Amino acid sequence: MAIARLRNLFALVALGGIYSFMMALALLALDAVDVSMTEASVGAGISTVLLLGTLYLTHIHEAPPTRLALFPLAMSIVTGVALLYGVAHLPPFGDPSTPMHRHVAPRYLNDVVRETGVPNAVTAVLASYRGFDTLGEATVIFTAGIGVMVLLRRRRRAPRDDKQGTGS
Amino acid sequence: MIDLTGTIEPVRAIHGGVVVLMVVGLYVLVARGNLIKKLIGLGVFQTSVYLLYIAPGKIAGGSPPIIADGIVTYSNPLPHVLILTAIVVGVATLALGLALVVRIHEEYGTIEEDEILDRDDPA
Repeated sequence: MAIARLRNLFALVALGGIYSFMMALALLALDAVDVSMTEASVGAGISTVLLLGTLYLTHIHEAPPTRLALFPLAMSIVTGVALLYGVAHLPPFGDPSTPMHRHVAPRYLNDVVRETGVPNAVTAVLASYRGFDTLGEATVIFTAGIGVMVLLRRRRRAPRDDKQGTGS
Repeated sequence: MIDLTGTIEPVRAIHGGVVVLMVVGLYVLVARGNLIKKLIGLGVFQTSVYLLYIAPGKIAGGSPPIIADGIVTYSNPLPHVLILTAIVVGVATLALGLALVVRIHEEYGTIEEDEILDRDDPA
């Protein structure tokens, strides 16, 4: 909620880091240790650094809203109601007999050490069973990295051209 | 969210929290004019989806899915794998979005949506 209200973007980014860390703790409580570590390092770490870097290059203060945002508010509430209706029909929490726990996961858990030799099932699935997925993921990061480089290189070249223009 | 006995069931609490986070994220994303704030709203929305995926993977009394002697119940590893990918793709999206924000700031001198639209169409 405070994220929606805060207008100082620096405080907002700090709050975002805290939020990410809380989320990592919640994931830890849900047995997702690998995801928790990733969230703590990527969400609370890298994202915060990226946001701070952007703040350094732009403004720290948000302009006050010029008009009342009624339509987005209504839209968000409608979405929330629809989501509540949707989650009401999800299976109960922590129950091992729900369909998602009986289909693919037991096979991974039973055979993972024999087939891959890696005791961490998450790592084994990520790197071994679904290595192509991870390759695609790496491609996404690579593409994003190229995009950032292209965008920021043009930015750096532009002032230099201006300087040459004024000098001559 | 609260059943008749007054105690909160974990499933209701988690799903309610997910919905609240999703709605807050969506509202910030759509309603706020500041581009950095929009991206943070997108991040909140994403984390709510992480929680939605991870929560059903937990088995009561289960342990993290690292195979060890003497442990028979493990939580489901598949949502963890999917969400690991989602987190990394999310940060890639964030990086690209922030790079765009920096470029927009270079070009327009502002990161407020209204002012950018005004500058594009002064009439």
